[in-house]
Amino acid sequence: MTRLGALWPLARRHDLGWAAAIMTAFAVLGLLPVFVQRNDVLNFVFLILLSISLAQSWNILAGYAGQVNLGHAAFFGVGALLARALWIAGLPIVLAMAAGALAATAFALLIGVAAFRLRGAYFAIGTLALAEILRITIGNVLPEISTLPAARIAGYRLSERYYLALALAAVSVGTVAALAASRTGLGMQAIREDEEAAEASGVSGLGLKLVALSLSTALAGLAGGLFAYYHISYYPSHPFGPHWTFDALLMTFIGGVGTLHGPVLGAILYVTLKEYVALRWVDFHLLIFGALFIGIVLLLPGGLVQAGTRARRLVSRRAAKP
Amino acid sequence: MRALAQQLVLGLLIGGLYGLAAAGLSLIFGVLKVLNVAHGELIVLGGYGAFWLFTLYGLDPFVALVLVVPASLLLGIGLYATLFGFVVRADEETRIKNSLLIGFGLALALQALAVRLWTADERSIPTPYGGAALSISDLSLPVIRLLSLGIAFGLILGVQLLLEHWRWGKAIRATAEDWQAALLAGIDVRRAYLLAFAIGTALAGATGVLVTIGYSVSPSIGLEWTLKALIVVVLAGLGSMIGTFVGGLLLGVAEAASAAAFGGPYREVVGLVLFVVVLIVRPRGLFGR
Repeated sequence: MTRLGALWPLARRHDLGWAAAIMTAFAVLGLLPVFVQRNDVLNFVFLILLSISLAQSWNILAGYAGQVNLGHAAFFGVGALLARALWIAGLPIVLAMAAGALAATAFALLIGVAAFRLRGAYFAIGTLALAEILRITIGNVLPEISTLPAARIAGYRLSERYYLALALAAVSVGTVAALAASRTGLGMQAIREDEEAAEASGVSGLGLKLVALSLSTALAGLAGGLFAYYHISYYPSHPFGPHWTFDALLMTFIGGVGTLHGPVLGAILYVTLKEYVALRWVDFHLLIFGALFIGIVLLLPGGLVQAGTRARRLVSRRAAKP
Repeated sequence: MRALAQQLVLGLLIGGLYGLAAAGLSLIFGVLKVLNVAHGELIVLGGYGAFWLFTLYGLDPFVALVLVVPASLLLGIGLYATLFGFVVRADEETRIKNSLLIGFGLALALQALAVRLWTADERSIPTPYGGAALSISDLSLPVIRLLSLGIAFGLILGVQLLLEHWRWGKAIRATAEDWQAALLAGIDVRRAYLLAFAIGTALAGATGVLVTIGYSVSPSIGLEWTLKALIVVVLAGLGSMIGTFVGGLLLGVAEAASAAAFGGPYREVVGLVLFVVVLIVRPRGLFGR
């Protein structure tokens, strides 16, 4: 078993290249609705884009600042709840989403100071309990299914959701890229490796963890708002469900936690397999991903990204041999 | 007033099962310093074991305990050999984080497996004596739940006696106290880990059988039971099986009281709020001595 620090390979050289490649791919995807009018294709890409945003939002706190948040769904849910309410009340969706993200972050900061007194596993199970409290309470207070008003359904355009998802995915990847290259991001990684040593060298542990939490929950809140904009009807407690946290965790770990492109690769693989497998067996993808996830934690803690690095190294070593 | 007393008694009866669920988790956490968040899923598997034995062979669910508990013991050995045995090689903080992640993956896989094998439906075991109830003054006590409470207490007492008097039980306690010192004293720490994990899993299996007898089982209740067990472990602290059992009873009664005060849907919330508050007030303290 590797030390926890070794879970996150520090290779950052390719980050800029990856950021450019991902942004180019997003730009190309921007043309997709012009050429493809099939709703199933657009829905599929939409789900991947939403998942990328969700995975990156979790990746900021866990991958960079080293705090495993098992209550991520709470912030996704708060974003969804507020954005949905404000949007139906007549606010433009972008403003409604921003308000949802602000509420998610405010809530996160409110509990963050207390929650960060918990270290390691206690932070994880504490946040898990917190999300469950919210989910059950929302389910009790708002038991009715939330359906869009008829006028909104009549005006529903998938392409609008698609472009918004594309923009949000670009923002989340851009945020992580900027963070990874910044002094703040470096400080977070120092905390992840060894919080006491980082504080001894002048890094503010609590401060940077709160910054990571704010960025992470703001993006999660935006993703929740996007979900609220996309889905025609769902139970208000649904976005608070623990599976949103679990999805984010699986995608990030399978792709490569603490890297820029890992969560993107993880989201593509996860959604593709999920949609493909779900056609035949409901929830069967969880069996596959649960097993894959265990294998990755035990054998390949850097995920797909680490597998790629290893393969490349193997090839170059072969090539170097006379 | 009578309704309240009845609710509290029912809370006490389910509290015994919380205690049994927590005892397994607490043993594993206390000895291996490993947090198995798939504990609830192991409970679910035990429950389906009894369900299968009943539907396929018509076996009485209480008799099924005799088969399910050893089977869970073996399952625990298997899980330790393939997964958790690798986790305990790391230092303590890494151990707990990695075990959390592995338990999480295991929980997902087991839950999906349970849906495949038994569908997502809620299952219970109808027995001829299932409806029987003892009446004490105004209160009615379902016999099967009363019997389950007795069995839960018996199992916990049994494990406590094992830990106190059996050679390996003492080895397990020594390992929990200080594994390095235990190692120096010539104790096979790895085997103590294996035994503690297997016993903890067996307790989960027994919990599952009793839950299915008195209530019902479905693939989705795993997380709920893991959280219940965690709450009790945090409240009761580590080190005493009987203490954990009492903690479980307390949680059951507290839930029933809060359900009476705030309405049924909030019974889950109260335990969780209590849990978060205790964690924050004593971030490390409750587990440690």
